[in-house]
Amino acid sequence: MPSYHVKSFLRGIHLEDYKDETSRLPIQRFPFAPLLILPLKQNAGRAPKPIVRQGQEVARGQKIAEPDGEFSVALHAPESGVIKKIDLVPTISGQMEPGIYLQSYPGSTQEVLEGQPCDWQTATPEQIVNAIQEAGIVGLGGAAFPTHAKLIPPKNEPVDTLIINGAECEPYLTTDHRVMLEQTIDIMLGIRYLLKATGAGKAVIGVESNKPDAYAALCDAAKQEQNVVVEEVNAKYPQGAAKILIKALTGRETPSGAHTSAIGVIVCNIATTAEIGRLLPHGRGILERVITVGGPAINNKGNYRIPIGTPLRFVLETAGVTNSLSRVFLGGPMMGNAAPNLDISITKGVSGVIAFTEQEIPRTDKVYPCIHCGYCVDVCPLGLNPSMLGLLANVKQYQEMAEGYHLKDCFECGACSFVCPSHISLVQQFRVAKSMLKKLKAVQVEQSKDNNNQQHHKQSAA
Amino acid sequence: MKKIKILTIDSSPHIRSGASVDTIMRHVVYALLPVAAFAIYSFGLAAIAVLLTAVLSCVVTEHVLAKKFQQTSTVGDWSATITGLLYGLTLPAGLPLWMVFIGGVIGLSLGKFLFGGLGCNVFNPALVARAFLQAAFPTSLTTWLPAFADDRFTTLPSSTLTLPFLKPVYDGMSGATPLAAMKFNGQATDITDLLLGLTGGSLGETCSVIILLGGIYLIARNMMNWRIPIGIFISVIMLSAFFHWLEPDKYAGPLFMLFSGGLMLGAIFMATDMVASPITNLGCFIYGLLMGVLIVVIRYWSGLPEGVMYAILFMNAVSPHIDHFIQPVVFGKIAGAQKAKQEN
Repeated sequence: MPSYHVKSFLRGIHLEDYKDETSRLPIQRFPFAPLLILPLKQNAGRAPKPIVRQGQEVARGQKIAEPDGEFSVALHAPESGVIKKIDLVPTISGQMEPGIYLQSYPGSTQEVLEGQPCDWQTATPEQIVNAIQEAGIVGLGGAAFPTHAKLIPPKNEPVDTLIINGAECEPYLTTDHRVMLEQTIDIMLGIRYLLKATGAGKAVIGVESNKPDAYAALCDAAKQEQNVVVEEVNAKYPQGAAKILIKALTGRETPSGAHTSAIGVIVCNIATTAEIGRLLPHGRGILERVITVGGPAINNKGNYRIPIGTPLRFVLETAGVTNSLSRVFLGGPMMGNAAPNLDISITKGVSGVIAFTEQEIPRTDKVYPCIHCGYCVDVCPLGLNPSMLGLLANVKQYQEMAEGYHLKDCFECGACSFVCPSHISLVQQFRVAKSMLKKLKAVQVEQSKDNNNQQHHKQSAA
Repeated sequence: MKKIKILTIDSSPHIRSGASVDTIMRHVVYALLPVAAFAIYSFGLAAIAVLLTAVLSCVVTEHVLAKKFQQTSTVGDWSATITGLLYGLTLPAGLPLWMVFIGGVIGLSLGKFLFGGLGCNVFNPALVARAFLQAAFPTSLTTWLPAFADDRFTTLPSSTLTLPFLKPVYDGMSGATPLAAMKFNGQATDITDLLLGLTGGSLGETCSVIILLGGIYLIARNMMNWRIPIGIFISVIMLSAFFHWLEPDKYAGPLFMLFSGGLMLGAIFMATDMVASPITNLGCFIYGLLMGVLIVVIRYWSGLPEGVMYAILFMNAVSPHIDHFIQPVVFGKIAGAQKAKQEN
């Protein structure tokens, strides 16, 4: 049922989206790189434990690392090949982290090794959750939160609504858009799995109004389903943020600091849903993902299904870049991370590889003092006061930022920095403040432990 | 791929809207230029002399102080130019230039630099400058040359070039402003004259229409918070309509109140100074409402005919307190409080 009242949220920004460059290009397969670099920790939470040894031959699809506890997912070999080394690998943060180098067999047929299939009709919710963990599925929108972990809400918080996030509000990115058009059946199947696992009564798919073709395709497919509704939401940034999308679609407001399950909602990214529907019936793991390779510095822009672990250098060489390449972002330009070098690789959470030359980005070297123009307050989707937070960050009043001005609610969408006419790096300041608060808290815990110990000693001495 | 230089790394967001402080300031100057042009048209050479001196004094002071204390000159952000232009537009034609210069230096140094420069000033520096002159040279500040004098483009008034620290000598008759005529003689001025700027007064305050057009230009570019002038207009109209209805002879009506004196110039260009006004939209509206009340109170019941300057300066001081009390509603806080209540 099409709705004419487009659902939206307060404040936010309208961005030039540059999606036309790639949104009409179908998903293409990407060639296999000769050497894959697989960081073990590709998900939020704990890194999985490797279960292969150096020199071992692995088949495409074979599990090479096992989940280590609840907040961890499996990792599979994206290509048939030989484990060259288990060592430190370069990551997006600039630090070296434990990982696996996988050298592929050039002549291999790359047939996928499949595991235990999981059928949505016969499997119990626990089995589905387990299968999702074993398939190595994480949130493909960018956060890479283990999907299975959020499917088990606390007992006292029953879930009634499952929201499938097809907003894709970042500029340049069109992966979800293509997935919605080309994997509609997978999405519907994925929803069945998720509904069964969570026990939710209905699923609502939210699609931004700038993707009318995807909206129509999903509406068509949803007619076959009993409890799936497709809703159009306003094309405004950051519409795709979980709590913002819930508010737009259901009117429910997630309490500050709580999980979305507190209001009976679980949000799942649409590409993640499609992967669940594609992988679980065959018992496969995540081996590759759809990534938008775009931006002004890319010659052959497009949406590609790229194997996990493909080095960034290989991606850019294959797609072709202009000589004046100067910045590469993994994810969208608003919330993505800048690549420190080209030796890092594609991980599960990467939704886009966006490359810029020096010219496209307005230089923001000249930083003016805050002039209280209020632009940031006008756009903050959470109703924070970024101007005041920035001024407090300048004088390192981190405690006051957290207690008086709700720093911890900020999810770093970047709308405030985007509009700031003084070019103040507000989000960067907030990140510094958050990490400083974490450190301060750790120090306090440490001190209180010491104090307790000393008292203990005194008591025992007495 | 060999030609790849070093990658630039920065913190997200990696794209920016392209808005810039100097662009905003430059557009405010553009919006003020027609006002200045009309001032020159109605007051002639005297207006040119006063405006140039005012801008020059502010820009030079900013440049010298910034070089001295902040190492680099901050004249490039155009804020000193706005201050100078606004300050000049609040002065009467024929004011001795040495007074104009001293006022500009005081406004920029005490009104802006003492607080830490751009973004830190509590008071609007242009009005600090004018308030200083009002206190130091009250007679000169309230001696108005008649507008549209025949020789305005050929001769400078004798008072303009008075030597520093000498008492200016005014020749000819001086014109009363509509507000003074109303306050002291009970004489009302025609509203059309007020709208079109055919009356006497300070350089930039006479023609309400041009000022309003400048305001609309800035609002269309989202470079001004329209809630401030609207707030001022609402409270001025409501209060003056009430008192005018009570005693029409004693209190001027709402239209006269709106279009006479410095109200338009103050409401559109000075009260909306981003630095000295509240940051939230609701705060801005309250700020405007309160300022309108102050304007009416000063105009009706104080010894002064005009109250816009003091009303703005006073509200500048109140603005941080409005910001303290009026904060945007944080997402999830109300829901969080309700949840906590339920659990208890």
